[in-house]
Amino acid sequence: MIKVEGLTKRYGGFTAIDDISFEVGKGEIVGFLGPNGAGKSTTMRILSSFMPATSGRASIAGFDVFEKSLEARAHLGYLPENVPLYTDMRVTEYLNYRAAIKGVKGRRVRERVGDVKELCSLRDVENKIIGTLSKGYRQRVGLADALVHDPDLLILDEPTIGLDPNQIRQVRELIKNLGKHHTILISTHILPEVEMTCSRVIIINKGKIEASDTPKNLVDRIRTSGGIRLEANTGADSGVEQLAEITGVKDVAVENQGDWKVFTLRTEANSDLREEVARLAGERRWAVRELARSKATLEDVFVEITHADA
Amino acid sequence: MRTFAILFLREVKAFFYTPIAYVVLFYFLILTGFNFYSEVMILNRGPVEITVVEAFFDTVIFWFSYVLIFPLITMRLFSDEFRMGTFETLTTAPVRDWQVVLSKFFGALFFYVVLWLPSLLYFVVFQWVARSDAARSPGSYWGAYALLLLMGCFYISIGCLASVLTKDQINAAVISFTSITLWFFAGLLTFIFGVTAPVFKDIISYISAVEHMSDFSKGILDSRPLVWYTSMTILMLILTCHVFQYRKWKA
Ligand SMILES: Nc1ncnc2c1ncn2[C@@H]1O[C@H](COP(=O)(O)OP(=O)(O)O)[C@@H](O)[C@H]1O
Ligand SMILES: [Mg+2]
Repeated sequence: MIKVEGLTKRYGGFTAIDDISFEVGKGEIVGFLGPNGAGKSTTMRILSSFMPATSGRASIAGFDVFEKSLEARAHLGYLPENVPLYTDMRVTEYLNYRAAIKGVKGRRVRERVGDVKELCSLRDVENKIIGTLSKGYRQRVGLADALVHDPDLLILDEPTIGLDPNQIRQVRELIKNLGKHHTILISTHILPEVEMTCSRVIIINKGKIEASDTPKNLVDRIRTSGGIRLEANTGADSGVEQLAEITGVKDVAVENQGDWKVFTLRTEANSDLREEVARLAGERRWAVRELARSKATLEDVFVEITHADA
Repeated sequence: MRTFAILFLREVKAFFYTPIAYVVLFYFLILTGFNFYSEVMILNRGPVEITVVEAFFDTVIFWFSYVLIFPLITMRLFSDEFRMGTFETLTTAPVRDWQVVLSKFFGALFFYVVLWLPSLLYFVVFQWVARSDAARSPGSYWGAYALLLLMGCFYISIGCLASVLTKDQINAAVISFTSITLWFFAGLLTFIFGVTAPVFKDIISYISAVEHMSDFSKGILDSRPLVWYTSMTILMLILTCHVFQYRKWKA
């Protein structure tokens, strides 16, 4: 659906994206992750034919975004960052206009606009002026706009930014449902969201692609250096010395919380030392109130990958 | 064509979303109405050489209000799209850049024409009440209104260019107002300084809106202004299109 080869974009002397290549297959939901300024929006703006790349090629549904721009655009539903909308139009009026301009014909306009209003729960604001809507509703109007011509591919640039947790959940559900029939490329900071919705993740940092894999594989990769968290009252013992003696423990960090201490153990790859830790605590008569293996999340992956050179 | 029509329709509607459209309409109605009234009053005092139509288009009020409307109707055309960021949604829809530029130009032109419609009524009423012709011949009307349309095209295209240069409507208005006014006064140079060198006079008469109008409102149709305004409008629109593209790519 999307094919990007050796794409580079320079703003003046500054290289925003640097020779990136990736593909998104039909039916995939791909999360496009990266810290601020990584080049996510730049990539998406090139894909949407909004601006040309400095070098490299990109195509959508087989159409080059520069040479066959009009065809490529017709296959794409694009939601730009910050959701620009004509604030003085009414919701239905705006969606009618957008449907028409994207080539939906005659009677189909009503039908499609009705469908997307339903899908994005816009029924109760359909006659309101867009400028008076809350952020959450505007976001949904933007999404409805991206969907209105029933495109094969959706490119959504930070669709949940600035929403409250409830709204985020709604949008996430919506995207999940859309994923059943559409190919989606979605950029976001919100990692649990990606873990829940995306079949694959592309992590980009400073204009380069650092990783591209399923969320599970990425997390597994980082879990190779796992950890254990122990919260205990060690009495007279310092705790750190004893824990460090367990084979497989690489290092121990401690934090005091009154009588209680919180130990964070980094362990060797693929080992689970919870039993050993429990046995030790029993022998030394420590009072334990928490013992857990810390699970790596996509967040750890993200931090590790994008933080290495910060 | 379909795409153009959809864009054009939105542009026309967009005029009436803003209070400025109504302000301009009202203001223009009052000014031209007053202009017409005072012209008729002056002509009423005694027999004069000129007709109502000629006089109407030859007053300070007329030209002043005329020059002022262009910044007002063109300033938001592109600036607003840049300011709101909607030029991103606009240009990532399957539309061509020239379609966008032309739809904005013709949208503004449409509004401009609407602005002038009531003034036709003045002349109709005059004929009806005074039972005398407001003009020497029908050609006079045609001439005056054809020229208004031509000049409108040109000044609107200047406004388009000004608006595509900046995302601040006020800047756009200042740029277009300044250019149009300068342009306008350039046409009055011979008059102001009493220059009589034939070459200079020729050049000026090519660009002088006031001279054009005094000819056209007598019913004298000259092809030079026609060519001049048409080609300048096209030039301005081509420039607008290029700047639009450039700004998009710079984003
Ligand atoms: N129009 C522009 N001119 C100059 N630099 C830009 C422009 N747009 C973006 N950049 C720079 O390019 C980099 C990538 O930006 P962007 O693609 O918006 O990142 P992201 O969306 O991942 O936060 C940033 O460092 C940003 O400052
Ligand atoms: Mg961004």
